[in-house]
Amino acid sequence: MNRVVVIDYGMGNLHSVGKALEHVDKNISLTITADAQQIRDADRLIFPGVGAMRDCTAEIKRLKIDELLKQARLEKPILGICVGMQAMLGFSEENNGVDCIGLFPGEVKRFQENQLDERGEILKVPHMGWNEVKQRSAHPMWQNIEDNSRFYFVHSFFVAPATGKEDSANIVGESSYPLPFSSAIAAENIFAVQFHPEKSQNVGLQLLKNFLSWDGQA
Amino acid sequence: MSLAKRIIPCLDCENGRVVKGVKFLDIRDAGDPVEVSKRYCDQGADEITFLDITASSDNRDTTIHTVEAIASQVFIPLTVGGGIRSLEDIRIMLCAGADKVAINTSAVLNPEFVKQAAEKFGSQCIVVAIDAKQVSLEGEPLRWEIFTHGGREATGIDAIEWAKRMVAYGAGEILLTSMDRDGTKNGFDLALNRAISEAVTVPVIASGGVGNLQHLVEGITEGKVDAVLAASIFHFGEFSIPEAKKYMASKGIVVR
Repeated sequence: MNRVVVIDYGMGNLHSVGKALEHVDKNISLTITADAQQIRDADRLIFPGVGAMRDCTAEIKRLKIDELLKQARLEKPILGICVGMQAMLGFSEENNGVDCIGLFPGEVKRFQENQLDERGEILKVPHMGWNEVKQRSAHPMWQNIEDNSRFYFVHSFFVAPATGKEDSANIVGESSYPLPFSSAIAAENIFAVQFHPEKSQNVGLQLLKNFLSWDGQA
Repeated sequence: MSLAKRIIPCLDCENGRVVKGVKFLDIRDAGDPVEVSKRYCDQGADEITFLDITASSDNRDTTIHTVEAIASQVFIPLTVGGGIRSLEDIRIMLCAGADKVAINTSAVLNPEFVKQAAEKFGSQCIVVAIDAKQVSLEGEPLRWEIFTHGGREATGIDAIEWAKRMVAYGAGEILLTSMDRDGTKNGFDLALNRAISEAVTVPVIASGGVGNLQHLVEGITEGKVDAVLAASIFHFGEFSIPEAKKYMASKGIVVR
């Protein structure tokens, strides 16, 4: 039995991701919880998140989920989604600056307002809707997903991982708004995406399906 | 590479059925909301908007169950509006599977509600729905005011000022309906959409008046909106979502 835990630290709608996982594989054992023992016992973890970073990290630290993730990344596959991905970095500009979990070096920055697209039209913030994800390197999580597929995004902040350090994440997916930003990063046992696979119709469901059989290796 | 403009079919629902009124009146049945949502999702709709227009609050459970049923089968974003009056209403809808809630009358009655909602749940799930009607007379500079209660009550509030205020309070998106055009099939009120879209930093969804595919194109190119919402042209089979996307792409608009 594939035991999947969606980590629930009280921030937002986790039912969507749960329903999407059960849709791609009815036979998984799905639990939505913050319970330390269940997180330790899981075969794989989903780390989602919506809302403001200060509130998110306060709950993550109060529930000691940061410690659990630091241990879990040595042991089993973890999928970070949206604010969950952002919380994996060291620091976020949001809410006048928040120290995050720090699984990877780097920062979370805000999109600048009044940027123009190639036609000279103002780009709105949040970045909301379907944008292309360029696969910067091959990865088992991209299996059966065409390069430059469109996924659903909704966010005002994006991750800027530090590169070239020993514990740096690899940038495996890139999108533009209008400047390029990292829309998927990976390291051993961790794959983290800025978009919402659970809201990205077929390509998103395929990514979740890939995660359910991923062994954590690149 | 760039962000695609969104096509959003809208399901106005009353007592658990999809209906469509002309100028907010004269209701016509258009099917079961779960089946209709699934069909649009399979056809490539970018989001679904579900508006509960049931007048009484007796049928809230029906709405919640419908939202749950849609969310368990449709893996694209779902916005739910109609009768959202409290933080608890929002929590219930998000737990039922909505990704965003649309707030209209309650925002006008208590603007602080939008601020509280954005603080609690995040701006990304708070859509402020605005029903606007032109109030300037011919020859005067264009001016629109907002209306509440499904378009029945005038407020005297300027639509552009209201949109800016709602964004300052934390709205993550504006759903803008022209009362003059809704149900007419004469096209969006392009001047209204452009005025609001250029006044705010967040995405704007144009609504009200779509009668053909060229209207969708004009909403984007002239109304300057980020997404176009339509109901009856899709419900009654005049056009399909793939036809709409193909036509928009042929006019140089980026679609999924």
